[in-house]
Formats: sequence, structure tokens, C-alpha cells
Amino acid sequence: MQGYVAIMVLLVVAGTLFDVIHKGSARYFFDNWRKSKTKGAKEVGGGELVSIAVQTAVVDVLASGEFCNARRRLAHLLTMYGFIIYLVTTVMMVFCYPTAATPTPELVPQLWWLGGLMVCLGGYWFWFFIRVDVAAEGGSPFRVMRADLFILSLLASVTLGLIWAFLQAKGGAGARVLFGLYIVATTVLFGAVPWSKFAHMFFKPAAAFEKRITKADGTAENLPTLSRDDPEQQKRHSMELLRDAPMDMGLGIKREAPRHY
Amino acid sequence: MPTFVYMTRCDGCGHCVDICPSDIMHIDKTYRRAYNIEPNMCWECYSCVKACPQNAIDVRGYADFAPLGHSVRVQRDEQKGTIAWKIKFRNGTEKNFLSPITTKPWGTAIPKLAEVAGPTQEMRDSELLYSEPKFIRMDDGGLHTLKSNRLKMKKGVAY
Repeated sequence: MQGYVAIMVLLVVAGTLFDVIHKGSARYFFDNWRKSKTKGAKEVGGGELVSIAVQTAVVDVLASGEFCNARRRLAHLLTMYGFIIYLVTTVMMVFCYPTAATPTPELVPQLWWLGGLMVCLGGYWFWFFIRVDVAAEGGSPFRVMRADLFILSLLASVTLGLIWAFLQAKGGAGARVLFGLYIVATTVLFGAVPWSKFAHMFFKPAAAFEKRITKADGTAENLPTLSRDDPEQQKRHSMELLRDAPMDMGLGIKREAPRHY
Repeated sequence: MPTFVYMTRCDGCGHCVDICPSDIMHIDKTYRRAYNIEPNMCWECYSCVKACPQNAIDVRGYADFAPLGHSVRVQRDEQKGTIAWKIKFRNGTEKNFLSPITTKPWGTAIPKLAEVAGPTQEMRDSELLYSEPKFIRMDDGGLHTLKSNRLKMKKGVAY
């Protein structure tokens, strides 16, 4: 099993590197950064860069801050943290407690179960109820596209892993078959990085970081940077009507979730 | 100048699909991101551009009157109740605008029609429209002025 885990890690690294080179995303990222540096109204210093990196890590990565839809955000957090717990505990059990001679502490398998169930909860909730083509477009939840490779292989891997663990614990028949299916699904999950959305866990934080940098240096991808928060802007003639208005006016059209038909 | 979507920014929330008056913003069935299915039917109302929470929609200018290097981008900040525009000219000139889009918190000024008494037969027969303001009825009393209706002329744009 240790060899298998090592191969999966190599597959993810190789797949991500291939994806980065094939799409030219890293080159685009650094080119864009260089361009915004020359166009920026002000230079972002080292301290500010660190603060932006921390904000990106805390808000955009750890708290999935980019999601506007609260249900999507919650489902993403469940899936993300579930997957991390599930992955770390799997690696721990495979490398630290590989044989019966080194018994696994009770907490580790419990966390493994918890992580797996969190992935299932977040993942199936997303798959059956939150996805835009099901929730808003009225499409069937069983319509599968190549874009679903990541979520489906993740759900298949974790679900089959949980069923296999359950059957093995109960000594039920079919545990070997389930284990074989679990290995196939896991290999697809980690081996199909160039064709799936797996690499989003690497490029999304980079994109969020870049977005914050462009705001800080004033380019903001040509988006307006004026805000009512700024006391100077509050003095504008056009802001006269909002002089006594609260700073938080609540949600406008976003009070209702989009329902397309 | 039809709209287009930055696919890496779009998260497929569907606000643009709901708001498009031409019904030409759709969710792509394969990638689950929004796209303009019929750019030549887009009348550049900017509704989707303003509604997009990720600022993932932009408007492509035709090269003859919106030359390369220009940019017209908008940010609708509902929580602050403002809309901001940044216009960049080809020569680098930049113009920034900030205007209110509401003066009261959202949803507080919606008339509760269910609580209003229905129109009488006389009102139905009348040529006046429902809730037509009294002060434009020239048949009622003398000449109506701002003063007689306790109104005040305000400088600037009145909402």
C-alpha cells in the first residue's frame, strides 16, 4: 500500500505539472503579475504582500471565501476539510501503522470515518441539490459530463472506501471486490489530474492571491475602485442622497437565489 | 458590443441568466459556466455585467468606435447601495464615477399592495391611473405648484 500511495502522489505532481505546462497557466500568472506591476498605481511592498498572502490563505482558501452562495460554500467546506482529514489519516495509517504489530490509535480510524462522511455529505449534497444544472436549470442529477470527473471519482473513491471498511470490519463477503473498485476509483481520482478539476486546489488560491494583488496595486483588472467607505468619496455631490443612509443596505437582487425558469 | 464571460472567474451562480432581458445568458451544459448564446441579440443593457457577483462578465466593444486599449467596467455594490464605473480611454485618460442606486435599505420601500383597499367603481371608471399623484390633477382646485404641494426643487439627480 505504501508503494501505491507514493505512486498516487507522483501522479498528482506529474499531472499538475503537465496541466500547468499544457495550459500555460503559470506563465500567464507571472506575465499578468508583471504587467499589473508596470500598470499599477502604487507598488505593493513586501509587508503588504505577506498580509495579502495571509488574507488569501485565511479567507479564500481556509474559509472558501470566494463562494457567494452560502450552501455552496458550506458544501465546499465539508468536502474540502473532509478530504483533508480523510487523506491525512489514510497516509498516517498506511505509513505509521502498516502492520498489526503497530496498532493504530483509536482516534485515527475514527477521524478517517469522519473525514469520509464529511466528503460524502458535502459531495452528495452538491451533486444532487446544489449544482447549477440541477438546482436552477432543471437538469437530471444523473446526467454526467467529463467536467464531473473530479467530483464523481472523489465520491466514488470515498464511498467505496467507506463501504469496504465497513464490510471488512463486519467480515462480510465482497470486501475484496469492494477494495478492487476502491483502488480503481482512487487511481482515477489521482491519475486523471490533467483532465479533471483536481488541480483547482492549486490554481484557485493563486488566482485569489492575484485578484487581491490587483486590488492592492490599484489596477483591479480595470474594475472601479471607488467605494462609499472612503470619507473623501462621501463628500461627492452624487453621494449627498446617501448621507444618512446606513453603510449596509442589505442585499438587492441577491436576496433571492437564481431560479432560471 | 455583446457581453462575454471570463470563464475562470464565473462560478455558474446563474444571476446573469435570471436577469438577462433577452434570455441569451445561459449556463453551458458541459462546463456549468455562463455564456452568451446569441451575442448579436445582446442589446448591451449591462444588466448581467452589474448582476455578476464575481465581475466575470465584460462587454466587448466593436473596434470601430471602441478601439483597443479602452475599458468600461462597472461594479454594483448592493451592500453600500452604490454603483461605480471606471472608464479608461485609449490614451490612458481615466474617469471614475460613483452614484447611489438606492436611498433606502433594499426591500424596505416595496409597496404592500395586498394591504391597499381595492379600487371603487368610480375609480375604475375614471381616466386616472392607479395612485396617480393628486398634484397633477389640473381639474382639482387651482394651479398646482411645488409650493402648494409642499415640494422642494432639489439640486442634482433626484431619486
